[in-house]
Amino acid sequence: MQLAADRTFNRTLRLMAIGTMAGLFSGLFGVGGGSVIVPLLILWLGYDERVATSTALAAIVFIAAFGAATQGLYGNVHVRDALLVGAPAVLGVLLGTRLQQSLKGPVIARLFAAVLVVSAIELILR
Amino acid sequence: MIGAVAIGLVAGVVAGLLGVGGGVLFVPGLVLFLGLGQHAAEATSLLAIVPVAVVGTYRQDRYGNVNRRDALLVGVLSLLGAAGGVVLANAVTGALLRDAFAALTLLVAAQLVRGTLQEKGSDGRNHSEA
Repeated sequence: MQLAADRTFNRTLRLMAIGTMAGLFSGLFGVGGGSVIVPLLILWLGYDERVATSTALAAIVFIAAFGAATQGLYGNVHVRDALLVGAPAVLGVLLGTRLQQSLKGPVIARLFAAVLVVSAIELILR
Repeated sequence: MIGAVAIGLVAGVVAGLLGVGGGVLFVPGLVLFLGLGQHAAEATSLLAIVPVAVVGTYRQDRYGNVNRRDALLVGVLSLLGAAGGVVLANAVTGALLRDAFAALTLLVAAQLVRGTLQEKGSDGRNHSEA
């Protein structure tokens, strides 16, 4: 029983660390937290790939909403332009989540690694 | 304009497939096709991510793939981290930090690929701990 409690505590600490790091990353570089949350859920908490991506999306709702509201106060948000890319993206996410159900976990992990490489290059070039 | 719509669609598919917000594509799309500056593009991208993440979460939850408790914990703590990140961004010079994070990202990518090579579970799951 003691062991089980320790495990839960350990797990909660790791989740707290992931949240804080994702937020830091997003606050520092303006990237979504997903590129931090997904791999850490898989590597640190042994999450199934599909559940990791889904849980990350739910956490991103908080980060993006808060970030958009804060930036909105500074007048940096262009609502019309956000709609122009966001509306087709909503259609895209319906396709993407559906398509994902037929992919195996390791395939999702490798695709994710490819996107990480692209975003690392983008960070360096910025 | 058509370019912006197209990149939005692709960003959405990537968001659904990989559980990221889509900002990796939104930001360059807003800069290249709609002429926003880098700063405005990052801010605008955040707003575009909101409906994408909401709809994606809803769909994945219907498939039973969302761990709600963990998502809440990570999401709420991210807000504290983000506030700290903004403060930090203004306090330190960015270039070194940025390159360090990029290197870290590459390392994580390598770890992910290594994980898929090591684990040959037929159900495609990661058995390392949970």
